[in-house]
Amino acid sequence: MEQAPPDPERRLQPAPLEPLGHPDAGLEAVVGEEVEGARDEGSGDGTMTENNFWLKKIEISVSEAEKRTGRNAMNMQETYTAYLIETRSVEHIDGQSVLTDSLWRRYSEFELLRNYLLVYYPHVVVPPLPEKRAEFVWHKLSADNMDPDFVERRRIGLENFLLRVASHPILCRDKIFYLFLTQEGNWKETVNETGFQLKRVADRLYGVYKVHGNYGRVFSEWSAIEKEMGDGLQSAGHHMDVYASSIDDILEDEEHYADQLKEYLFYAEALRAVCRKHELMQYDLEMAAQDLASKKQQCEELATGTVRTFSLKGMTTKLFGQETPEQREARIKVLEEQINEGEQQLKSKNLEGREFVKNAWADIERFKEQKNRDLKEALISYAVMQISMCKKGIQVWTNAKECFSKM
Amino acid sequence: MSGGPPKALPSTGPHSLRDMPHPLAGSSSEEAVGGDSTPSPDLLMARSFGDKDLILPNGGTPVGTSSPASSSSLLNRLQLDDDLDGETRDLFVTVDDPKKHVCTMETYITYRITTKSTRVEFDLPEYSVRRRYQDFDWLRNKLEESQPTHLIPPLPEKFVVKGVVDRFSEEFVETRRKALDKFLKRITDHPVLSFNEHFNVFLTAKDLNAYKKQGMALLTRVGESVKHVTGGYKLRSRPLEFAAIGEYLDMFALKLGTIDRIAQRIIKEEIEYLVELREYGPVYSTWSALEGELAEPLEGVSACIGNCSTALEELTDDMTEDFLPVLREYILYSDSMKVRKCAVLSPCQAPHFGIAESSHHCGCGSVLKKRDQVQAEYEAKLEAVALRKEDRPKVPADVEKCQDRMECFNADLKADMERWQNNKRQDFRQLLMGMADKNIQYYEKCLMAWESIIPLLQEKQEAK
Repeated sequence: MEQAPPDPERRLQPAPLEPLGHPDAGLEAVVGEEVEGARDEGSGDGTMTENNFWLKKIEISVSEAEKRTGRNAMNMQETYTAYLIETRSVEHIDGQSVLTDSLWRRYSEFELLRNYLLVYYPHVVVPPLPEKRAEFVWHKLSADNMDPDFVERRRIGLENFLLRVASHPILCRDKIFYLFLTQEGNWKETVNETGFQLKRVADRLYGVYKVHGNYGRVFSEWSAIEKEMGDGLQSAGHHMDVYASSIDDILEDEEHYADQLKEYLFYAEALRAVCRKHELMQYDLEMAAQDLASKKQQCEELATGTVRTFSLKGMTTKLFGQETPEQREARIKVLEEQINEGEQQLKSKNLEGREFVKNAWADIERFKEQKNRDLKEALISYAVMQISMCKKGIQVWTNAKECFSKM
Repeated sequence: MSGGPPKALPSTGPHSLRDMPHPLAGSSSEEAVGGDSTPSPDLLMARSFGDKDLILPNGGTPVGTSSPASSSSLLNRLQLDDDLDGETRDLFVTVDDPKKHVCTMETYITYRITTKSTRVEFDLPEYSVRRRYQDFDWLRNKLEESQPTHLIPPLPEKFVVKGVVDRFSEEFVETRRKALDKFLKRITDHPVLSFNEHFNVFLTAKDLNAYKKQGMALLTRVGESVKHVTGGYKLRSRPLEFAAIGEYLDMFALKLGTIDRIAQRIIKEEIEYLVELREYGPVYSTWSALEGELAEPLEGVSACIGNCSTALEELTDDMTEDFLPVLREYILYSDSMKVRKCAVLSPCQAPHFGIAESSHHCGCGSVLKKRDQVQAEYEAKLEAVALRKEDRPKVPADVEKCQDRMECFNADLKADMERWQNNKRQDFRQLLMGMADKNIQYYEKCLMAWESIIPLLQEKQEAK
């Protein structure tokens, strides 16, 4: 079990919190490596060949923000802001950059990326995103996500986020991060799209089969006026009817496949839920740590008499006179108790956090295995279904051809 | 609705009906149909119909094609092999090599007509001339004029109905070329029409325009006389068999029209399906890029769908290029034979209606109608004589002539109808088997694609 190197990217965590993340960082690091290994299997040779790209200098910028309207998952109209991400590679010796990719992303996609990184790199402190909501705009009264100042601050925040990820030795190599910068769709969207497209394809196929049914009728009518050709036509017509009606069974199977795809999407949802929970726990932990730190600070100041932190008590003391040593002792005692409590809490929260990550990780791994298995089976049955459809088609048309030959 | 079996009337051509080779004989590798088919089916068919230009050794069957294939190859086939049908086939005509001509006054397309023949009517064994649509139109009119008792095959439409179609586009020119080729082949295979003087000139003359100007209409005896039959005689009743033919043609044309619409609709639906498929496949590719273990299987599915899309495209192309034009020709054919009066051109009752108006090929100058007229005249004249109550021992000469005319007409028409029916049967058998074949091939291609990825999907991932 090796220790993870001290992470330079520490935010929201004041210095005294050294213990966090380290004693068991080894466990997480191992788990993390497994994850990385498992994830890289798709790329074939450890690191993405595309990620060798990162060995060159690249510049990322979130250059523009644009208001957009669209339909959300509930098919309701919504307004949101999209941000233009431009990636430039610094190829030439003279430092001139070439624009290699540009695409638009919205905040929720950044969130998705961050959640993904949180899960797959639990030993890494993933850079933060700017605020989700415009809660606190100093000089304006409303909390409006469309507010230009807010949007601008967010744009900068998003850019910083991407730059930090890109400059992180481990995170920068991530495939999904690369795709985030270069490819418009993500896998949840893609799976969704597959489902929609499948429906469209099925509808069209239905049309093709059903129109063939008309042959059945017209051949039958035609056969009535023919002498020698009659029989052949009549029986061929029957086969056309069979052909036309065979689509109903086929479509039932296709629907079944579409359902299996939908189930796969639940995996994605489960993943997000885990990420969210992890974030909440993380936040909780950091708040507790902050609180503890500030209490320790206060305690120290009381003990030494120096005032470095702002406290109401300190202010009132200055304004309304010193407090007595006994009062001070009492306060110190209270604080020390609180600090003790706090440290206990922090310890347990820490433990909780690590337990959670361990279990959640195991869960996710299990999900992943299951998902891969299920999906593979779904694909196999889909292929089998297609094969059966082709065979039926060959059968029907061979029969029809036989009838035609007797015309 | 069925008339009596056709009687073997004294024929007007050099061969008896029974010995006549099918104009499109050799399309079936199965049974020889009664006594109507060509004497040596084995030699004629079972060629690689997919290879239009391939000339195979006698009786050779390329591997894998045990069934007759597309009718387009049938249309384009040039039988150069003299051995195959020896005694009966001595004239071969092909239309190919369309070329665009840009002149000051107009732009038009000419086609090369290649003729190979051992007949004495041809001075040389081989001819090659260039003709444009106008010339074909002229030929058809001349044939109608000079052989009014025979069924003349239809020409492709002169004007492009769907205004947006470019009449110089490759597709349009090719479709037209095939139809013109078909037209000439049908004439070639006709025992009477193929010996027509105008036809000969069409195939051989260097300067057709000069000949046209001469206006030398060399009519047969019958043609001459029929030409002068005036209208205005009411037909009492049509003989059973011609009534049957008329009714049949009406119904047949209706059914054909329906089939044409169905076929076009199917192609349209298939193309729309193809559009969706082409969007569907790549989605799996995108997805595959985001997966680890499943990347290869998903990519495989994407490629598979791509292959199916291509197969579907081939199917729709084939149906459009081969299936629809054959239907179209039969629609035109049956239209040109129908008895119903044409609504387009009013002077249907013109005295010399044998001289065809411009280029419309509707039921107006239809052969069946003409036949009716001839019969009507005969009956009227006969009645007139009977009414005169003269005690003459024999019928006057002109009435006899009428009778003669009528009987010749009936005979010719009957023979042609029988030939037409046989051809129709062969052609449709060919056509529909071809359609079935193409669909089978499409499904076979798809089957292969899907079967090939099953092992990929089932592959167990090694522990990585």
